[in-house]
Amino acid sequence: MQVFRQHCGIVVTMDRADVDTDQIIPKQFLKRIERSGFEEFLFFDWRYDDSGASNPDFELNQPNAAGAGILIARRNFGCGSSREHAVWALENYGIRVVIAESFADIFYSNCFQNGVLPIVLPVEQIDELFRRASGSPYALTVDLEQKTVCDEEGLNLSFDIDDFRRECLLQGLDNIAQTLQQESRISQYEERNADRLARN
Amino acid sequence: MSEPRTMFEKIWNEHIVYQEPNKQAVLYIDLQLVHEVTSPQAFEGLRLSGRKVRRPELTIATPDHNVPTTDRQLPILDPISRKQVETLRSNCQEFGITLFDLDDPRQGVVHIIGPEQGLTLPGMTIVCGDSHTATHGAFGSLAFGIGTSEVEHVLATQTLLQSKPRTLELRVDGRLAPGVTAKDLILYLIGQIGTAGGTGYVIEYTGEAILALSMEERMTVCNMSIEAGARAGMIAPDAVTADYLRGRNHAPADFEAAVKRWRSLPSDAGATFDTSRVFSAADIAPQVTWGTNPGHVLPVTAKVPQPSDFEDETERRSTARALEYMGLTPGTPLQNVDIDRVFIGSCTNGRIEDLRAAAAVAKGHQVAENVNAMVVPGSSVVRDQAMQEGLHKVFEQAGFEWREAGCSMCLAMNPDKLSPGERCASTSNRNFEGRQGKDGRTHLVSPAMAAASAIRGHFVDIRDWEYSK
Ligand code: SF4
Repeated sequence: MQVFRQHCGIVVTMDRADVDTDQIIPKQFLKRIERSGFEEFLFFDWRYDDSGASNPDFELNQPNAAGAGILIARRNFGCGSSREHAVWALENYGIRVVIAESFADIFYSNCFQNGVLPIVLPVEQIDELFRRASGSPYALTVDLEQKTVCDEEGLNLSFDIDDFRRECLLQGLDNIAQTLQQESRISQYEERNADRLARN
Repeated sequence: MSEPRTMFEKIWNEHIVYQEPNKQAVLYIDLQLVHEVTSPQAFEGLRLSGRKVRRPELTIATPDHNVPTTDRQLPILDPISRKQVETLRSNCQEFGITLFDLDDPRQGVVHIIGPEQGLTLPGMTIVCGDSHTATHGAFGSLAFGIGTSEVEHVLATQTLLQSKPRTLELRVDGRLAPGVTAKDLILYLIGQIGTAGGTGYVIEYTGEAILALSMEERMTVCNMSIEAGARAGMIAPDAVTADYLRGRNHAPADFEAAVKRWRSLPSDAGATFDTSRVFSAADIAPQVTWGTNPGHVLPVTAKVPQPSDFEDETERRSTARALEYMGLTPGTPLQNVDIDRVFIGSCTNGRIEDLRAAAAVAKGHQVAENVNAMVVPGSSVVRDQAMQEGLHKVFEQAGFEWREAGCSMCLAMNPDKLSPGERCASTSNRNFEGRQGKDGRTHLVSPAMAAASAIRGHFVDIRDWEYSK
């Protein structure tokens, strides 16, 4: 898995709550059988108009968001469908950090599987970030080792994250390989529960 | 005496293979369901790392999301859809997984076929790369949706790394009034606790109103737990559960012994939940969503809200945006809102009881002139059963289209979709922007309400409906 230690990137703000995974990647793009190439479809229905031209009002299309690597939104980001394609689309586009007031559970876990860091911050701090990002291009540095979000004007916020998940991201650990080291424990479990696990 | 425990805790503890302090638990998974959309990258991952499926017999696959609901003899027209279904087929073959393919009488929406075949049993852990896996919790199992990387993890190890969620009890006292269904109950609860109200929790639904529900109605309730933000919802198994499962294809051979085991599953008296909330069934009327998330819901007797009805600034803005998208004017009575399309189906409301309820309403009536209405059974078994009962005739005579089983216009990945601006009364679970087709407008309702709106051409309060003999 992709290692995540530090990321310095331009911010794109989306002042919306409940951004669901149907918006992040609409269903017509879920037919692909690959994990890459989803960047063009990110927020497709909001990003482009019916003729396929880019919609100038949409957040990602604003000049100050060009090349964004950090997305900031409101509460319950990533709700709805479990489609990991939503994280692939963000990651393929270049978004490595999503900051929000809260996340939906499945989306939150999916981020960690793909080297994308989801950060929860309190409303007041998100408000402050929205204020600071409202003008010219605004960059943040996110440091996972220190658990901080900083800008060049002295803002320094700290965030909380589960130690185990942090460790996996810092080292880019492959969860499956780790679990397979416990192979003998899994086999013992299966033996103990053989009756229950027998399929009719 | 040991501490009283919740049903969730019992199942969770029983499935921990291993847990190091301060780490996620390695949880054993008893059953994985797989469909064509969220699995190709997982199988590809296995191939790339040279891994095998650890217990192929504990995974069952079916194509459902992307499949045509018209003539199944014809090839799938869209080449990318076809490729995805073919990829599922070849992956199942390569890794030794049982597939209920398109021509199999057991094919259908993953969350409908698991229970139908008796694969879903009380006390199990069940996962699927699909957020509506919560459906299976209706049997007193711990069932939740996962991402594709986790699907791969389960295929390779038959386990999953999980942090322990908190528990939320939603108790509903009293009985639902006539005409008020399980769908109305869950929409109401989502409206009350909000679309993130269940985030981080596993919900256990308790109380008289819940235990009075049939097995299929319980599935409707648990199905939409994710719409309240919870990954899982569960209901204690009882005689209703056992009666439903008895005699099903994969039901345990020694059924009575299994039933005995299941009796130890329900939460112990005095067990505590992290949070508990109590509601009264008497407060619940037939529900209709008006906006672009399932929490945007009101009784059918209400009017379209104004942004200024809400205190919170973010909520006001999201309401304004939703009303614009939905093309609704604040203050309009919901029953005056005209519709263009009706969709009856999905893993929420595509089971036989749902089709019976819709047919009872439709019988002897005609779909309104400007409305196109379709009925898509949730599985081929449901479809066959409905045809045996002659429900397809009732629907066809009333002017509904009768289709093959699949997800269909619940997410509109196949050709069944809304055109821009079209307004649909739908028995599915999500009214997100574009969910049923770009710029389409979805209102979530129960099957009876959907059928009645098809006939009148606008929403109606089903409690006023006159049923034909
Ligand atoms: S019927 Fe709808 S919600 Fe259910 S699995 Fe299919 S697409 Fe998902």
